Formats: sequence, structure tokens, C-alpha cells
Amino acid sequence: MKRLAFVMFLLATGPVIATSDLVVFSDPSYTARYQTMITELRCPKCQNQNLADSNSPISQDLRAEVQRLLELGMTNPEIEQYLTARYSEFILYRPQVNNNTYLLWLAPIVILLIGMAIVFGLSRRPKAVPQVQRDTTQTEQQRLAELLKDGNK
Amino acid sequence: MIRFALFLPVALFVVLSVVLLLGLDGDPTELPSALVGEPFPAFKLEALDPEQGFIDEQQLIGEVALVNVWATWCYACRIEHAKLNQLAESGVKIIGLNYKDNRADAFDWLSLRGDPYAFSIFDLRGSLGIDLGVYGAPETFLIDAQGNIRYRRVGVIDDRVWENEFAELYAKLKAKAL
Repeated sequence: MKRLAFVMFLLATGPVIATSDLVVFSDPSYTARYQTMITELRCPKCQNQNLADSNSPISQDLRAEVQRLLELGMTNPEIEQYLTARYSEFILYRPQVNNNTYLLWLAPIVILLIGMAIVFGLSRRPKAVPQVQRDTTQTEQQRLAELLKDGNK
Repeated sequence: MIRFALFLPVALFVVLSVVLLLGLDGDPTELPSALVGEPFPAFKLEALDPEQGFIDEQQLIGEVALVNVWATWCYACRIEHAKLNQLAESGVKIIGLNYKDNRADAFDWLSLRGDPYAFSIFDLRGSLGIDLGVYGAPETFLIDAQGNIRYRRVGVIDDRVWENEFAELYAKLKAKAL
């Protein structure tokens, strides 16, 4: 009886849990694309949250908008283009490669190359040569002897 | 030469610090405006006043105007409203975009606080809001006589903001439109 009650409870509450923000598409392949898009699109109102994580009204609206655009048959780049035309590139967590962002995209490669060049240069540098022991010259010997003599006075 | 190279990391650190320090000045809540210079997006929505029927972007053309995004749920809009009334009195044409609101509240609001708007567009679902890149009310767009967006302000317009950001451009556009 207890078990039956538990099963009934699960049956009764399951749909309630499932309907929280459940998005149903006409084409099942849209679901995965929708999930990817809303994690890579940034909520314009929040500081550093994506559309998937944010519960702000604008994020809800934009999620619905992404859903609508997917159902219209737009491709991912088309949807990104559509949204950047309205909300600027701020909305993209994965910035486009263009004149403003080439530095951002190239910097890691450039820094890696510089680092490799430094490591390579250091490994090629000849080991520091130890100071060669040099025999004292005759004049130095004399001077030394004099100093020692003076010191003994 | 080697000695100089030893100071390179310090120099890089200083350069990076300056760059990051300058970055602190920016307002992180402000988005770059994608629509400045673009024509006002096409739309067809009901007027807030049902007797005025439908409004489309053609009705925004012909006069330099402000398009002010407002809603009764928007607290900051209350603060802004007095300034809008004052601007309307001084002859600035202001078009309202009532954003995701309900009519009854909106009418109450306008009768209580005064109506600075030539007319208000009723955007119940926020569809025009999305086309304008609106992410919070109040927002204000300055459009020229040809219906192009020339400036956008996210947040409240007060005396200081009007003087610093709008007045000059508004006067210029107004002079050009004559």
C-alpha cells in the first residue's frame, strides 16, 4: 500500500517537474540546437549569465525568440546574426572573428609562439663558461709578496 | 642588452595594468548600440489607446522625436516621468512604447502622472522591444525626421543626461529637419 502510494505520488508530481520550462519542438533535432544556442547566448540584462541560466524576463523572452526562429527554419549563424543586429555582439559568448576581435582570437597563438621562441632561445644559449683560472704574473707575485711583508710588520 | 631584457616583464606588467585600469571606467551594464544609424525597425502594433487603431513605423517619420520605452512596472520610469513631461511641454515630440504592460495600469499611470506622449505604441509581448534590442525600461531612442535612430539611452533621462547626451544632437537634427 505504501509502495503504491509512492508510485502514485511520483506519477502525480512527475509532469509538474517536467513542465518547468519544457520546450517542445516540431523537429526533435531542434532541441539540441536550442540547448547549445541558449548556453552560448548571453543575457543582455545580467552580468555574465547565459540565456539558459538566467530567469530574468528578457532572457525568457529571448529563449522564446530563439525557439521561434528555430521553428522558422533559420540556421544557427542566421539566428546569431539576427540577435547581434538587435543586441550587438555583446550577446555572443563566442565572439565572431572580425576586425574588432582578431586580437582576441590571435593573442593565445601569438603568446604561445613567443613563449616557445623564448624557451628555444634559452635552450640554445651556450652554457656560461666558468672563469678560467689564470696564473698570477710575475709582477703580481712581487706585489703580493710586498703586501704580505708590509702586513707582517 | 641583457639588463634591458630583464625589465621586460615589469614593462609588460605596467602596460597590462594601465589597460585594465582604463577598463574599470566602462559601465559593464551598458551594451553597445547595434541600431544607431539604422532605420527604426518595421512594426505594426496597436496603439495604447484602442481608438487610435494600429501604428506602424511610417507614423514615426517626418519629425525629430524621442521614442521612450516605458512600463508601469518599471520603477525608474517614475523617476523619469517628470522630465519627460517637461520636455513635452517645451515642444519635444515624444512617442511612447508601452512595453509588456497592461492597458488599465497604463491609463491609470498616464492620468495620474500626466501624458507626455504624442501617442503610445502598445507592445504587449515585447516583440518590437526585441527588434529594438531593448533589455530594460526605461530606454530612449532619438530618431531623426527620416525615421533613423540617431541615439540611444539605456536608463533614466534627467536634466544632466538631457544636457550632456541629447540636447546638442536634438538641436542639430531639428535644425536640419527645418
